[in-house]
This record gives sequence, C-alpha cells and structure tokens, in this order.
Amino acid sequence: MLKMTHLSKVYRTEVVETYALRDFNINVNEGEFVAVTGPSGSGKTTFLTIAGLLETFTGGQYHLDGVEVSNLNDNERSKIRNEKIGFIFQAFNLIPDLNVYDNVEVPLRYRGMKSPERKDRIMNALERVGLASRAKHYPAELSGGQQQRVAIARALAGSPRLLLADEPTGNLDTQMARGVMELLEEIHREGATIVMVTHDPELAARAQRNVHIIDGQVVDLAEDPRFHHAVHSARANSPA
Amino acid sequence: MFAYYLQLGLRSLRKNPLLTLLMVLAIGCGVAASMTTYSVFRATSNNPIPQKSSQLYVPQIDNWGPDSSKDNKGEPPNAMTYTDAVNLMRDKRAKRQTALYPTAVSIVPADASMLPFRETSYGWYADAFGMFDIPFQYGQGWTAGEDESHASVAVIGKALNEKLFNGGNSVGKNINLNGRDYRIVGVADKWNPEPVFYDVTNTNGFDDPIQVFIPFTRAVELKTPTSGNNNCNHDPGKGWDEWIRSECVWLGFWAELPTKAEADAYRQYLNGYSAEQQRAGRFRWAPNTRLRNVVEWLDYQKVVPQEAKVSLMVSLGFLLICLVNTVGLLLAKFMRRSSEIGVRRALGATRREIYIQFLIEAAAIGLAGGVVGLLLTGLGVMGVSLVFEPDIAKLATLDVSLVLLTVLVAILATVLAAFYPTWRAAQVQPAWQLKSN
Repeated sequence: MLKMTHLSKVYRTEVVETYALRDFNINVNEGEFVAVTGPSGSGKTTFLTIAGLLETFTGGQYHLDGVEVSNLNDNERSKIRNEKIGFIFQAFNLIPDLNVYDNVEVPLRYRGMKSPERKDRIMNALERVGLASRAKHYPAELSGGQQQRVAIARALAGSPRLLLADEPTGNLDTQMARGVMELLEEIHREGATIVMVTHDPELAARAQRNVHIIDGQVVDLAEDPRFHHAVHSARANSPA
Repeated sequence: MFAYYLQLGLRSLRKNPLLTLLMVLAIGCGVAASMTTYSVFRATSNNPIPQKSSQLYVPQIDNWGPDSSKDNKGEPPNAMTYTDAVNLMRDKRAKRQTALYPTAVSIVPADASMLPFRETSYGWYADAFGMFDIPFQYGQGWTAGEDESHASVAVIGKALNEKLFNGGNSVGKNINLNGRDYRIVGVADKWNPEPVFYDVTNTNGFDDPIQVFIPFTRAVELKTPTSGNNNCNHDPGKGWDEWIRSECVWLGFWAELPTKAEADAYRQYLNGYSAEQQRAGRFRWAPNTRLRNVVEWLDYQKVVPQEAKVSLMVSLGFLLICLVNTVGLLLAKFMRRSSEIGVRRALGATRREIYIQFLIEAAAIGLAGGVVGLLLTGLGVMGVSLVFEPDIAKLATLDVSLVLLTVLVAILATVLAAFYPTWRAAQVQPAWQLKSN
C-alpha cells in the first residue's frame, strides 16, 4: 500500500542543510495498522506529510498504492489525497465557520459527488462516530473528543484506502483518547490501512506493528531496549 | 461548485463585517467617482450619429490666407463664407450637401391666449433631413424644388408641435415666424444628437433640441442674420449684400460622401475649387483645405471639455488607490484563513479550486461594492452640475447601461485586485499549516 525506498527530505537554507528524513525505508501492507513512534523532531510528522502527499521529498522513491508519486503534478496529487487518503490531525483541523455536516462534506465536494450521495455518506460517517445528532453544531460547540470524532468522520466519509493519523489523541484526555483509539481499531478491523504517528507507547502497543524513527531514519526496535521495554509495559497494563 | 463557493464567500463576508464594510466602501467610492466622471465623459465624447459618422464630412476652405491661419496652426477657418457655401452647393459634388446657419425666430402662436416666444431655428437645405437621418412623426422634409423656389415651408420639432398643436398632425398648417407664415411640411420626431455635431461652432456641442427648420434659401432671401458666430478678417462693409459678399465666415457646411473614394474625390474637388479661386484672384495663396468626418470634426473642435478628461483621469487614479487598499485588505482577509486553506488542500482541493473559491468571494465583495457604488454614482450624477456647465451636466444620466457598467466595473476591478491575494492563498503549503497547528 505504502512503500518508501531510500527516501530523503532535506530543508535547505543559505547556510545549512537539515535532513528531516535520510535513507528512509518503510513498507506498509494493505490492511495493516502501523504505529510510528519516535522522539520529538525525529521526522515522524515529516514522514506522515510526505506519505499524505502534503509535501514533496528530496530523493528516493515513494510508491502509494502501486503508483510512483514523485512526478505527479498538483492536480494528480490532490486527486489521490481526496480519493485514497484520509487525514486525522492532532489539532483536529476542522473549519470553524462550517458546522459538523459541512465539515464532513468538504472532501466529498472536491470529489464532485452529487448531493444525495454526499448526504448518505456524511450521515453514515457521523452515525459511525456517534455524532449524527450534532450535525448542525459548530466545532466550537463540541468537546475535543467530539471534534476529533468529526475529523474521523470527515476522513471516513470518502472511504479512503489509507488513513493517516498524526497524534490523534494528543489533545485529548485519557477517556476521550481511549474512545478515539477504539474507533480507529474498529475502522482497521473493517479493512482500512492505518498509519498512526504517536508519542504514546500505550497507543503504539495497540497497533499491529511499530516503526521507530530516530534522526530521520527507521531503526530496528530490537536494538532499542528502552522503547521495547516501554511497549512491553504498556501492553501489560492495557485493558483486555 | 460555483454555488458552493458563493455560499462560502458570503459566509466569510458575514464573519468579518467591519473588514467587509471597509472593502465594500473602498470599492464603492472608487467606482462611484470614476463612473460619475465617466458619465460626463461618455456624454461629451459620444458619437452622435454612429451609423453615418464616417460618411458625413465638414469641408474647410482657407479664404483668409496664411497670415490669418498661422494663428490657428495653419488650419482654415472653422466656418464658411456665403460665397464658398453657395458655390459648393451649386457644384453638388457630394451625394448630398447642405449649408446651414442658426437664426433666432419669434413664433406667434395662432392661439391668441399664448404669448409669442423665441426659438432657435436652422436654415438649411432639403438634403439635410436625409443626411442627418432625422426621423419624422408626421410628413417629411421639404423638396429640393422648394429650396430653389425659396418656399415658405418649415419643419417643426415634436416638442413645438405639442406646444402649438397639442401633438396632432400639423402638416399643411401654418406657423408664424417673425411675422411671416410658413407652411408646415413635416414634424420631426425626437431628434437630439449629443453632441450637436452639425453645429459645434455655435453650440460648443451642447444645446437644447432645435424645434424649427426652414429653407436656407428662404432665410437668406429674407436677409435673416445668423444668431451664431460671425468671424471677419476685414470690415465686411454695410448692408446684407455687402455681408454675403464679404470674406466673413458664418456658415456651416456638410457633405455626405458614402465611400472613401468619394471622400478622396471631394478633397481633390476642394483643392481644385481653391485653385480656381486663386486663379480668379480671390485667394493669393495655395489651396489650403480640410475635409473631416464627424468624429474627426468633434475631436478637432475639442468638444470633450478638458475638465471632463481631467476629472476622469483623477477619478480613475482614485479608483486605483481604492483597489490597492482592497488588495491589502483582501490579502489580510485571505491569509488569516491559511489554516482553512491548508485543510482544504489536504482534503483534496487543487490550487485551481482555491483560486476559484477566493476569486468568487472577491466577486461577491465586488458585487456589494457595485451596489454601494451605484447609490453613490446616483448621488454623483445629481451633483455633476456643481462642476460642469448646465448644458453638459444635464447629459450625465444614470441609465441602464451605466448601471450595468458600474456593477461590472466593480466586480471586475475587485476580481483583478484579488489576483495577488488569491495567488498567495493558493501557495499556502498544507503541510506547514497543519504542522504548525
């Protein structure tokens, strides 16, 4: 589903070159739930934005659903983002001027979908996250957990093949975070491929596979006993 | 998607009413200033007879010589002597031609309860009605035969016919002009070319519609003096006969020349005529003639007042300043929504779709600015008389075309002003926006 080979991302200024990713290799299979962990500034979010075609990369190759994306133009990248990828952000990134219904509708509008189909998809997605009754509410009228559920509904409405989540529970309290995580697990069980960036070992433990990034490179978890221990503890403490 | 973008645009305008109001007022004021001055410029620079303006020509003959014409950059006099006008009429080298001049007439109504009143009348030839495409409500113009016989016939205007005959068919009835009866042969329908191209010299291009026309030959026979300008380079002597033999210029002249070949031939004819006058000893200089069509003539006569041009330029400059302000306000408005743009881009909006969304939003602002501009233009048009002469000020009207133009200019100008802010909006990198959140 997602394959990056020797990928690099360099930010250049007049005096310095900063490698956000270097010789970065990852392969995520269809239907997998992968957690990406690593310290702050390690390149997790850069990886996610490149994976989501929100940013270009400097070198290497990236195949998304079998398509090499480095030569795609803006329209083609936008189309892939719209049709194949769903985004969930730490800060929810809902549009404050639009109500819940209209927020969920945004990606469907860009797909050129007719109104009746849009309505069906929006209401289905909202029912799935338990917010159908809040369709006319504005983001400011919702709790953080509810806002993140709207963001998930927005990501789900387009039936994406790949769901990219950047610290989806980072701004939520424990209870709300658990609810969001259960929702992601449910979505995964239904067949979606999920790549989730997180700092939280407990969340990482609930993914099928963990990928650890340090200094812009994927490292083998077996070589990092501290992290291995943290994941082990989290698994032991998490509810069945 | 247009309806969706329009809906988003209107929602965005309501969200920041103060910013929206500033932009709408800036555009409204700029557009109103330029449209008000444009209304004057349009009226004064109007082509009064577009269907024939390239076929109607004013001939000029230099009968004063280089000593006089040097004060006028070598141009011949603006009007014609009686001698030349009659000779040109006699030669009939154009499809149609007429000499003309204005006279003041006293009209004595048949209705004894009405007091006599004065009107400006024109003496011209029968050809003039066809040349100038004058429409008729009743009857028609007089004939060439009536020109030759110096007939006491007249064509009156619709307004005068309303006044004297309650708008009925007055053809065949008499009208008393300066104590003499004239038989009415036609009632002209509304005919009010602006500028008054056929006699710019005496009207400066703007006057009330003329209500009485009589044969030139009859007016001359009755020794009716012109109510327009007389220009002489020598003392014309005393009496009418001396006057019409003098080198004073006081007559207008028009020739209808439908094709370029006919116009070129007429130019040759004018030069030939001048050479003939030189050989006869009347002119002691080489032929110096001109032949200008309607547009060239109005331009040469500087019918458009200088203040109309200046005020239009100033107001367009003001509109430009308003638009520069609008660019800044739009930029601030659009860039405040960088995070929304980032989200939309992440969810599949192409740069083109961001362009369209924000340009439509700008067009909505322009439309609102156009409505405000329309109201202010209405006030501006009413206030034109404070700056311009009454004859010119009354031409400035807020008609349908000006209404549409005002709204169109407001929308186009705002969309134009929005290009840079929209381009900046479309350049927002979604990754940076989403990371910074």
